[in-house]
Amino acid sequence: MSNILRSLLTISVLAGPAAAQAQPVPGGRANLIVQPEPPSLMLGLVTNAPTQLVAGQIYEGLLRYDDKLKPLPSLAKSWEISPDGLRYTFHLNQGVSWHDGKPFTAGDVLFSVNEFLMKTQPRHRNTMTRVAGVAAPDDHTVVFTLKEPFEPFIRSFAFWVMPMVPKHIYEGTDYASNPANDRPIGTGPFKFESWRKGSAIHLVKNESYYLAGKPYLQDIYYQVIPDGASRAVAYETGKVDVLPGGSVENFDVPRLTALKNTCVSQKGQEFDSPLSWLWLNNRKPPMNDVRFRQAVMYAMDRQFALDVLWNGIGKVATGPIAGTTPFYKSVQPQYPHDPKKAKALLAEMHYDGKPLKLLPLPYGETWQRWAEAVKQNLGEVGIPVEIQATDVAGWNQRVSQWDYDMAFTFLFQNGDPALGVERNYISSQISKGNPWNNVEGYSNPTVDALFAKAALATPAEKRQDLYDAVQTAVQADVPVAWLLDLRFPVIYRCNVQDLITTANGLNDSLRDTWIKR
Amino acid sequence: MPRFIAARLGKMALILVGIVILNFALIHAAPGDPASVMAGEAGDADAAFLQQLRERFGLDKPLPIQLLTYLANVLRLDFGYSYRQGMPVIDLITDRLPATLLLSGSAFLISLVLGVAAGALAASRQGKVSDSVISTLALLFYATPLFWLALMAVLLFSVQLGWFPGFGYESVGSGYSGLGRAADILHHLVLPALTLGLFFMAVYARMTRASVLEVSRLDFVRTARAKGLRPRAVLVRHILRNAILPVVTLAGLQAGQLVGGAVLIETVFAWPGIGRLMFEALEQRDYNLLLGIFVVSAAMVLAFNLITDILYRLVDPRIGAAA
Repeated sequence: MSNILRSLLTISVLAGPAAAQAQPVPGGRANLIVQPEPPSLMLGLVTNAPTQLVAGQIYEGLLRYDDKLKPLPSLAKSWEISPDGLRYTFHLNQGVSWHDGKPFTAGDVLFSVNEFLMKTQPRHRNTMTRVAGVAAPDDHTVVFTLKEPFEPFIRSFAFWVMPMVPKHIYEGTDYASNPANDRPIGTGPFKFESWRKGSAIHLVKNESYYLAGKPYLQDIYYQVIPDGASRAVAYETGKVDVLPGGSVENFDVPRLTALKNTCVSQKGQEFDSPLSWLWLNNRKPPMNDVRFRQAVMYAMDRQFALDVLWNGIGKVATGPIAGTTPFYKSVQPQYPHDPKKAKALLAEMHYDGKPLKLLPLPYGETWQRWAEAVKQNLGEVGIPVEIQATDVAGWNQRVSQWDYDMAFTFLFQNGDPALGVERNYISSQISKGNPWNNVEGYSNPTVDALFAKAALATPAEKRQDLYDAVQTAVQADVPVAWLLDLRFPVIYRCNVQDLITTANGLNDSLRDTWIKR
Repeated sequence: MPRFIAARLGKMALILVGIVILNFALIHAAPGDPASVMAGEAGDADAAFLQQLRERFGLDKPLPIQLLTYLANVLRLDFGYSYRQGMPVIDLITDRLPATLLLSGSAFLISLVLGVAAGALAASRQGKVSDSVISTLALLFYATPLFWLALMAVLLFSVQLGWFPGFGYESVGSGYSGLGRAADILHHLVLPALTLGLFFMAVYARMTRASVLEVSRLDFVRTARAKGLRPRAVLVRHILRNAILPVVTLAGLQAGQLVGGAVLIETVFAWPGIGRLMFEALEQRDYNLLLGIFVVSAAMVLAFNLITDILYRLVDPRIGAAA
């Protein structure tokens, strides 16, 4: 054997175990940040972002979704939709048990869907207005029958929109004060172990999880660190391996991502597809003039905000539907940065130059700086702006009571324009006391009719045409000033593998995650 | 003395009621309510959901009724439920209190002992290099914002040198128990306690120095020196005892802040104490929890005022005789 051949053989022998490393290995611990500290981990009662981050490992829904929002199996191993779009049949996984050992059956699904979530979750109540009935022909089959076809229905089974809760624990009790809320019982890949309030939440592997071999991690710790700079330090000093999106200030992102063995991902936010915009109070002059609203769009240098404030992560928004939401299309009209056009529009409408009040989002430094950038942009075309500081409660109050001229916000699109977009533009959603509906007071009968038809149309291609028309119409009217499709980068050590495998990212991906050694 | 204490206790109860009413009014004057904050975090809500929350919290009743209910409950030592955390307020407070008392108690001791010692040393070496060093450092610590010092301390001792952990109360998931755990907690305590103590250490040092210098010019000190006492004995037994009164006043003030005075340090160092709990309760408009913490810290301030006054009488018997 020649020397060359021998050395080649040696190399291939050495390469053998290295290639095997790509196979997930069980064991190890992941340290994450949760910010702010969740109020509760009972996902059926509380669905805010920090609760989802942790409780998404404890509770499961019937389906998960990939980054294109195509359904993936979760508690349901398969499903069929009848050709008329009215019957959704789900076949549940066999051998699933709750963390206390009791079996999970179709009875739990009926209880969760018909009773528990109807009392606790507004989003679920809304979903169920489409449903004529839910039945369980046997212990492992559930059938939803709709009143009329509703294409987005298949995207309503995520772990946090429709989490499965244990019937044997909650039936006949007062849900909010059930002692089990302190030690949540789900079917998920990880079990609740302990929670030192103000310090950390500890989850451990569910040894009897129904998918063979999963999960891989032995422990997950979610650390509570209230100060953004300290969270960055926690990553730098190795105390934390994963910084979920939004846990450090944007200006710390370039420094942290430049660290050794550090990876960044923008994935796992497709379900939420956060879109930011300025509410423009359409009821008040000058915001009631479409020319003024268009001038605001032209005045803003959104590319600058993206590059400087968001480190180039995300995308300039084109309109009401975010780029990663189904039925998005980039249609005209568009509003590139053009101060001259803005000035011309303002001159044409004889704008009086009265100062306007701008509410930034009270979510930290980035939003404060963004407000200052917008103030400067608007000032350049002759719109004087005064920034008003608030805290979260004050912001909610002002926006939901329509007490503002312009206000920053960002909202989630919930996987479908019918679920997360139309609520901000249709007339029937004008109602005081809620900061997530048609807060700007925009009303256009054509747009109302298009949204209504698009929600119910089947198949999907027909919906696409209608949503193209919606986007064109709304973009001409500029009811709100769209800013950016936001992305909150997840920063993590590169040896953490398969960290994000779904459209909900860290919230329900950790069952696939393993640590390379 | 007992009559003095009894009279003071009576006044304290009245003041406490006043504080509850005032705080109640202030908290409700802030815009927004806990229901809207909780719904806001969920990113979605309908009117029914908000109404449901407000009814559960009793926020649908008129304000005066809410105030009376609260007062009646507090008198029975019932602080109610935290809206957000769904736990009795008293449990939340007692859960966090030990961590805060450990932190601010250590800071209190460190600042008092080191501050008085440094001040006395500086005064006895007036004009020398050690005096200038102590005085300059004291001025520096006195003038520097706490949170900045805290961040710099973390950068230096935690990130660069790696001597002390930069945040937290103990190592998460370490499995320590007994002595090992105590050592671990102590290790975590060093940076926050020192940082928190620095400001008052500087205050005590400056105050002690000035006060010692003033007292050492008095006649009885000259007498003590004249009868041949060693300088050290003069300083400790004669000067310090008389110079300490203003320090006692300030220490009483600082002790009153033991519960609520560490918000910033607890935030920067992720110390699971009551200051952070209070700050979060404020942001979330968690009225019951916030009021509960206010009542506890107000009671603490009042108690330490009383203790300070008693100490005055012990340190300087002339005060009791005059009153």
